[in-house]
Amino acid sequence: MKCLYCQQLIVLKLTWRTLFLPERKPLCRTCEESLVIIKGSRCFICSRPSERNKCEDCLWWEQLSERDTIQFNYSVYHYNNFMKEIISKWKYRGDSSLGYIFGHVFAATFRKLRSTLPQDIVAVPIPLNEQRQLERGFNQAAMLAGFLPIQTMEILERSTSEKQSKKTRNERIQSVNPFIVEKAINKPVILVDDIYTTGTTLRHAGKVLLEQGCPFVCALTLIRG
Amino acid sequence: MKEKMNDSELELAKRCSGKLLLRKEIPLNDHQFHSLLAKDVFIPVPSIISTTFSKICQRCGNQEKSQFAPLGIQHKQVIWYCRNCIEMGRVVKTEPLYRWNGKPLQWKQHLDACTWKGKLTAAQANVAETICQAVKQQRASLLVWAVCGSGKTEMLFPGIEEALRQGMRICIATPRNDVVRELLPRIQSAFASIPVQALYGQSKEKRGTAQIIIATTHQLLRFEHAFDFMVIDELDAFPYHNDPSLSFATARALKPAGTTIYLTATPRQQQRRQMQLKRLDHVFVPTRYHGFPLPVPVMRICFFLQRDLKRGNVPRVFKKWLRHRKNKQRQLLIFLPTITLTKLMVQDLTELLRSENVIQVSSEITSVYAADPDREQKVSQFRNKTIKAIVTTTILERGVTFPSVDVAVIHAGHSVFDEAALVQISGRAGRSADDPTGEVVFFHDGKTNSMVRAIQAIQAMNRLGGFT
Repeated sequence: MKCLYCQQLIVLKLTWRTLFLPERKPLCRTCEESLVIIKGSRCFICSRPSERNKCEDCLWWEQLSERDTIQFNYSVYHYNNFMKEIISKWKYRGDSSLGYIFGHVFAATFRKLRSTLPQDIVAVPIPLNEQRQLERGFNQAAMLAGFLPIQTMEILERSTSEKQSKKTRNERIQSVNPFIVEKAINKPVILVDDIYTTGTTLRHAGKVLLEQGCPFVCALTLIRG
Repeated sequence: MKEKMNDSELELAKRCSGKLLLRKEIPLNDHQFHSLLAKDVFIPVPSIISTTFSKICQRCGNQEKSQFAPLGIQHKQVIWYCRNCIEMGRVVKTEPLYRWNGKPLQWKQHLDACTWKGKLTAAQANVAETICQAVKQQRASLLVWAVCGSGKTEMLFPGIEEALRQGMRICIATPRNDVVRELLPRIQSAFASIPVQALYGQSKEKRGTAQIIIATTHQLLRFEHAFDFMVIDELDAFPYHNDPSLSFATARALKPAGTTIYLTATPRQQQRRQMQLKRLDHVFVPTRYHGFPLPVPVMRICFFLQRDLKRGNVPRVFKKWLRHRKNKQRQLLIFLPTITLTKLMVQDLTELLRSENVIQVSSEITSVYAADPDREQKVSQFRNKTIKAIVTTTILERGVTFPSVDVAVIHAGHSVFDEAALVQISGRAGRSADDPTGEVVFFHDGKTNSMVRAIQAIQAMNRLGGFT
């Protein structure tokens, strides 16, 4: 078995348990230790590590009541340099199989949240625009949504082609809503995306969903940027 | 009569001929590209070939199953992509690679292109002559086994000049991008009138259109039958000797009738066997250009080395050696086996060197490793002596020249220091004619075969060079 990222051989400890129930690890120990899971107290709304229950950004969002469309966002990992490298290889180089690094942890995080979520919730991945989807060949958010033990519905569509990661914070917040709902939905929704930076994208997506009669929108993201 | 190409066509031909390119690497819009495709100027080549039991990436030659991953499913067929060469742009099964099939390029013939005015020593001239002969007779391969600091680059100049005289295209490939960066100014100044380009991962130059190309072996994955004369420097270096796709790439980049010159100071077992079996021609240079013997390493045992390393302490034997160095003006090159150790050890070393007055301020010592963002800068600071001591992993083991250094290897028994690495490391000392000696010390907690063999190899080379 090789590490998905650095191709080093993973040597597992041989015990009776691993002999009969071999566990498959996606990463070697060094790579695994370089990914940092968010622990300790965090903002209940956006998952930023903070002492207070609501961080300043989220209070600011609350004032803009018609744009504050998601109940909460839960993120799994911190955004460090190693994560940056993985993400750039995954998304920009197009190495889609790197997504399997996160499968297990992402699903486990969802199971932990499950009790606080409505029963018949469905996962809606944030889409790419058509051209980028063609270029890349896969959608990282859809891949993440696929790891969850619930139904995935790809009902959103993105019209503009601007890159979020190339913009400043203010530009991102001011940007127009790029999403369209293809099919109205009356079930509660958990949005899935790879990274939460300012929260604008997720709130845009939440807004169009609510307008089409969706009763509940929250978000699960891999990384809190 | 040959039709004359206009400038843009010529530029395109230079960029695309002798290469296997992805669609997005070809600088044309869809319309232009399709018209050329219809004229058979570009020929699509399948990018990943599936056989019954395996798949082969046509760009990097990768056959390993785990290095192919599915991207999706189209018409009930899995679309595979190659993970091995993904850093060079993704090769997907449904997207072909393109081979240039336009008019073949004629490279200019240059008489007396060499503007280097230095003089070769007798030993160097001898090798240079052999290389020239190999080029003239278009021999397939020649291995130049020359000790560290024998002036390998200079020996190449007459051979390159000869190749340019015949209008050949030349590539100097090496596994390390530090070496590429160091070679570029030297080659450019030696052949001032010839366009030279350097290709490596972070290089701004990406076109690869010059007659002389200096490239990392990874970059050669894009080339196919492009060069008449190829030099592979540091043949035995990581990652070339344990990555089969790189030797695949270098072999393919050469034209079928081309000549390859291998340069190395420490041939691996495989090449030695081929030399013994007379399957590989070789010349051997046992002396350095300045005529002094190679410094022979000294072994020093450190008790409690593991404990010291764990705590990040400098071993006591090292302190003792530091006090009794013969020439305290020399810079210090300290090798450690891992990145974590370099970072840990540099703190204690700073204190020690300051208390010993080797350095005055703590900015005169630094650590460097492969992924270090300031790596280039630190190495050049060390070269112009603003940094007095550098703590490094094996990345500085070869291809870099510092005029006057003492070399210490701490924990020389670690498995990253194999025989070749230790010979190379020892070769960093005493490289200039002004200071042809230098101390090399292996600090260890138990001799290993690699250490003993490295010392024996150095002594053997000194013997062959006429020093007893």
